[in-house]
Amino acid sequence: MYSASDLRKGLKIQIDNEPYIVVDFQFSKPGKGQALYRTKLKNMITGNQFDRTFRSNDKFEKAPLEERTMQYLYSQGEEFHFMDTKNYEQIVIMREQMGDDVNFLIDNMEVQVLLFNSNPIGVTLPNFVNLTVTRADPWAKGDTSGSDSKPVTVETGYVLQVPPFIEEGDKIQIDTRTGYYMTRVKE
Amino acid sequence: MLAESGLKKRAALIQAIRAFFIGRDYLEVDTPYRLPVLIPEAHNEPVESGDHFLQTSPEICMKRLLAEAGCSRIFQICKCFRNKERGDRHLPEFTMLEWYRTHCDYLALMEECEDMILEVARVSGHNRYVSAQGKTVSLEKPWEKLTVSDAFVHYAPVSMTQALEQDVFDEILCRYIEPQLGLSKPVFLYDYPVELGALARNKKEDPTLVERFEIYIAGLELANGFSELIDQKVQQERFETEVELIRKKGSTSVELPQKFLTSLAKMVDTAGIALGVDRLAMILFEAEKIDQVVTFIPEDL
Repeated sequence: MYSASDLRKGLKIQIDNEPYIVVDFQFSKPGKGQALYRTKLKNMITGNQFDRTFRSNDKFEKAPLEERTMQYLYSQGEEFHFMDTKNYEQIVIMREQMGDDVNFLIDNMEVQVLLFNSNPIGVTLPNFVNLTVTRADPWAKGDTSGSDSKPVTVETGYVLQVPPFIEEGDKIQIDTRTGYYMTRVKE
Repeated sequence: MLAESGLKKRAALIQAIRAFFIGRDYLEVDTPYRLPVLIPEAHNEPVESGDHFLQTSPEICMKRLLAEAGCSRIFQICKCFRNKERGDRHLPEFTMLEWYRTHCDYLALMEECEDMILEVARVSGHNRYVSAQGKTVSLEKPWEKLTVSDAFVHYAPVSMTQALEQDVFDEILCRYIEPQLGLSKPVFLYDYPVELGALARNKKEDPTLVERFEIYIAGLELANGFSELIDQKVQQERFETEVELIRKKGSTSVELPQKFLTSLAKMVDTAGIALGVDRLAMILFEAEKIDQVVTFIPEDL
């Protein structure tokens, strides 16, 4: 059990059977008044945020969260299949929960899966991933139209802006947290 | 840890405070930090020290000096201890300036606060303006005065009475009112409900209120002062109400400060105030966090 005085940024707690992370925290105590613990909480499943103020006698359960290293196997329709690299147990995560991460998933990629009460609620990819460009308009040398980037498609189907010199077949590094192009990768 | 330049600013501030009070014929006193019994306050968690407690404020001993030693103007700069208070504006050990003046009420004390803060601001190199928490605040006299009841009318979604009835007074004060106070001039928030001033005298015209005020500069609460309650019987009743609250929170035996209660019989009309020296340093040194103005923070020890 946590009490209000344990609250701090990053603490994960359980309220009404849902996991929340404290994203902002402020201790207040008006003169002669009581201690107030003002927080901004983010629901770790829905992502919804809201402000909530606690008093010193409030208590919370620790959120039963567990992070496990898993390997991405394959997708089938809306289902994404992963395997625990330690015990080979397989789990399924629905596309909806994967969010934008589907843009960067490649076979055999190792990811961190966050489980709440043994149910997967989130996936953390490596910060950087190398993907092959599958479609790119050729770079018109001497193009003076002023554009310093162009759209390309990578092997996962994700479309992003890259410098004009990137060509079909190139491998590029992408930051999975922002979805932005980082650099061309030399083989 | 504070660098030498910070230590010098802090020392100059404390010396300026001391000079102000000595110049006004106040006697500097130093009372014990370890006390066998404290003023019962449900919202302060004392730090135990053997079979004693570390003071949460120097109020008991200072008032006894007024009542029993015949003092009329006293001040003290000391450490106070309140367990589990830690935030951008709170430390579990902090520096308090507390002063008392007999034959004086809270309105006269407000004027002295204006003079004192203007004087120490001048010594700290400020003219008449301070920039605090992103605001430029003029210290020019007179400062604004706002009753607690009016503050609720101006800034809060409910009235003071409703907030008290619904037991959300502190929450509303913190969220809606405090951030709006003292943004262009310092503000005296005054005339608190009697429930929130256990040691303050009732207002003659309205016994549901007490003669208590707080100073706010740039949304930061700086000091708490009042016309002292010197009626022994009323004080004892208020303490007993507070002890009831403490028992409900699960503490076992809470003793009342009997020697303090007895001494009240000898007290004359007095006003007194406690001011957070670290908070004043935050305002004058334009610091966002209390960590930036104290010699060490607890996490550093």
